[in-house]
Amino acid sequence: MSISASKLVPTIGLETHVQLNTNTKIWCGCAVRSDAPPNTLVCPVCLGYPGSLPVLNREAVRKTVMTGLLLGCEIAQVSKHDRKSYFYPDMPKNYQITQYDQPLCLGGGIEIEVNGVKRFIRINRIHLEEDVGKSTHLRGASGIDYNRAGTPLMEIVTEPDLHNEDEAFAYLTALKRILQYGGVSDCNLEEGNIRCDINVSVAEAGADVLGVKAEIKNMNTFRGVHRALAYEVRRQIKAVGAGERLVQETRRWDDEQGVTRSMRTKEDAHDYRYFPDPDLARIRLTEAEIEGWRAELPELPAKRQARFVEEYGLSDYDAGVLVADKGIADYFEAAAGKNPKAAANWVMTEVMRVLSESDLEIGDFPVPTAGLSALIALVDKGTLNSTKAKEVFAVMLKEGGDPAKIVEARGMAQVSDTGAIEGFVNEVIDENGKVVDDYRSGKESALQFLMGQVMKKSRGKANPPMVLDLLKQKLAKP
Amino acid sequence: MSELVKKSVGELQGLMVSGACSSRDVVSALAARIEAVDPLVKAYVEVNVEDALAQADAADRRRAAGEKGALLGIPVAIKDLLNVKGQSCRCASKLLEGYVSPYDATCVAKLREAGAVLFGRVNMDEFAMGASTENSALAVTRNPWDLDRVPGGSSGGSAAAVAADSAVVSLGSDTGGSVRQPAAFCGCVGLKPGYGRVSRFGLTAFASSLDQVGVLSKSVADAASTLQVIAGHDARDTTSARVAVPDFGAALTGEVKGMRIGLAEEFFGVGVDPEVEAAVRAAVDHLVSLGAEVVPVSFPHLKYAVPAYYIIAPAEASANLARFDGVRYGARRDAEDPVELMRRTREAGFGPEVKRRILLGTYVLSSGYYDAYYVKALKARALIQRDFGTVFAQCDVLATPVAPTAAFRIGEEVDDPLTMYKGDICTIPTNLAGGSGLSVPCGFTSGGLPVGLQLLAPAFDEVSLLRAGHAFESTTEWHTRKPVIEGARA
Repeated sequence: MSISASKLVPTIGLETHVQLNTNTKIWCGCAVRSDAPPNTLVCPVCLGYPGSLPVLNREAVRKTVMTGLLLGCEIAQVSKHDRKSYFYPDMPKNYQITQYDQPLCLGGGIEIEVNGVKRFIRINRIHLEEDVGKSTHLRGASGIDYNRAGTPLMEIVTEPDLHNEDEAFAYLTALKRILQYGGVSDCNLEEGNIRCDINVSVAEAGADVLGVKAEIKNMNTFRGVHRALAYEVRRQIKAVGAGERLVQETRRWDDEQGVTRSMRTKEDAHDYRYFPDPDLARIRLTEAEIEGWRAELPELPAKRQARFVEEYGLSDYDAGVLVADKGIADYFEAAAGKNPKAAANWVMTEVMRVLSESDLEIGDFPVPTAGLSALIALVDKGTLNSTKAKEVFAVMLKEGGDPAKIVEARGMAQVSDTGAIEGFVNEVIDENGKVVDDYRSGKESALQFLMGQVMKKSRGKANPPMVLDLLKQKLAKP
Repeated sequence: MSELVKKSVGELQGLMVSGACSSRDVVSALAARIEAVDPLVKAYVEVNVEDALAQADAADRRRAAGEKGALLGIPVAIKDLLNVKGQSCRCASKLLEGYVSPYDATCVAKLREAGAVLFGRVNMDEFAMGASTENSALAVTRNPWDLDRVPGGSSGGSAAAVAADSAVVSLGSDTGGSVRQPAAFCGCVGLKPGYGRVSRFGLTAFASSLDQVGVLSKSVADAASTLQVIAGHDARDTTSARVAVPDFGAALTGEVKGMRIGLAEEFFGVGVDPEVEAAVRAAVDHLVSLGAEVVPVSFPHLKYAVPAYYIIAPAEASANLARFDGVRYGARRDAEDPVELMRRTREAGFGPEVKRRILLGTYVLSSGYYDAYYVKALKARALIQRDFGTVFAQCDVLATPVAPTAAFRIGEEVDDPLTMYKGDICTIPTNLAGGSGLSVPCGFTSGGLPVGLQLLAPAFDEVSLLRAGHAFESTTEWHTRKPVIEGARA
């Protein structure tokens, strides 16, 4: 019996793997870095040499707990690590140390907003585990780089609360923002800092039981998740609608073709044979430790947005734009100085434009916040007009340097000397008799032209409000 | 044969301090002894005399510079599963052919620091799985008391070398009796410290919750002085204990007056050979004659020890040995596909007993069987721990046989793993409880094979074991007897 496809609704859950940005790996002292030559950040422990033993990195525990606190999870005072066994050449021990039934964090959730509708997506758990190495297929051989093996990895598992690809995208975006705010991960998707497994099934609306689920493994872009889900939901609805019986399976997203493909069905699923890792003692956290970490929690975006409105007098919209990226919000706050509104404008226009046009991250932005503050101060003092300020900014961007020195070296200071400006104004009036007549006979736009001519003569340096005043004065006298 | 090879650690140290001999002399004498007897005993799987002489010279220089220490200049033989930087560490397996340790185990580093000479790697059952050393892929080690018999296992090479005077002292490891049983079979002293006393960092894991580094020696005093050097908390092993290390030498008073020796009849009801039982009971009587008291105790859950052990140990082993896949080290069998490469490597590299235990462990951890086997075994383990708790509330040490029989013949039990497993009944319980144990020579069978007395104590009360063992040894002469190795070159 086929089911009307129009009655089928998807149920989606996400398992998100997040690399923590600790200095060292989870079980050993090797550095966590992605830019080193292959197999240079390794030791007997992270290579799984005979006799080596893991020692838990407390900083990884702290960062996982911080994440749990940010997501409103309950923090387990006692948790443990388990071994998950399967053979994979990337995995040095052929078991992954993870947390099976006693994770560090339980519950919690994230509020998302899609098309103006707010929903709360519940988190099931967060556990702390180790990342594996990376295989590369070379000509006629395989290479494995174990630098990544042992990078602390946090797995954040949602309840099956998501209903469509837009919600999944919104959830991931909101999660990423919180992780950035918590400073727990670099959140660089290109580096694989955030990877995601999707669980999705379809069933009749209001049905008691969920449909047969497919797991789509190892998604590393949010856009990919969106596209894969859109495809997979359509595929399942079409199949179930046509009366087809789905099997539980693991699927892979083919980004080029834009389709998911079956990797293995439940019958071939691994039996991971979890059991408590006898090399590691239970993790015990005291109330005081957890409370101490709670006190260190950073301000979350929603709260910060409200504070920006209150403290800096920004509009709710502008504050929202700024807090969307923690790095940008931090940059703005550092540059705010005496004129936060101007700083907000600069950040939202020039800074964000440059970022979107280049590969730069805000953390590497070439103009330091002090430089931007100083530039704004020059405008406020009247030394620069806004056009010239943009030129100075361009120089700072390209060559660096202090704005006052750039202005001085290049003679870019605004001319506010009444005498000099009056000279330019007089010349322009003399040279443009016809336009002057037009203005006097009521053609307002003529003033703009004259103004432009004065600015041109001053090579852009004249103080525009002064030019306007003088022009109006002179033109008023017949 | 140089008389030096017969000496204990303590005696050799005295000779070196007085200047009567050097570490170089000791190493040279041992090298000659190895050359004479090891072709028959086959205790060693690797011997590097030149390297040992260089270490000995370094120790002699340290002594000349005024340094002192119980193990300074003393050669120590190392079981083939402990990592010594620059040496092979094959765990008596074909799979680890070609592997060279890039690091020192913590206990090895401590020996180096103390000036000991790391001389020779000794044979064992492959990956410490066995009780006869017959499961070695490298050699069949023979019992110096009867070359047709096994030396015990898995630290069979460690025991045979000490018994044959081709080693002064050796390190072994004990997961279910692997130090104490070969010590008993070969007539030497075997000490298994409490779980966590010695760091496991660098000890190739068989069953992580049971493994402990131990000492095989010619005297209780030697076991004490060696333990003194290798014991202590290690930040690289989170299961190593943060407890103070006592002065083990101070325990060697010879005094056992008032010490309560527990006797649990359950340990004698497990098919113990009458000659073994008689020797052990006589040893307890001897301790009583020295002033100790006997306290009858019971150990009701002993019957669960072997089944629980043969679930827990293989379960842990199945994961611990998963890393031996030929990808990063070891004897790789190439294939087109990496999974096939791992399969072929393991198929060719592991011996039958190792495969049997990996399969057992994989089975008991499989979904659907986990609760029936693994969880139940953990419950049995808890009951055994409780039995020890009750026992040690009533006595200081528990006296039992080490093994039901003396050394059996090579090949006798190879095809009967169950019988071999059952032979571990007396030694396994203390591993399950994390306690400590000592095996001391206490007699011989009518056939001239050594018999051992096992003394057990709570985890970090090795002091009681050493005190009782030393008092026994000082007033008996079993440990002074030497095997005659027929066919050995003079």
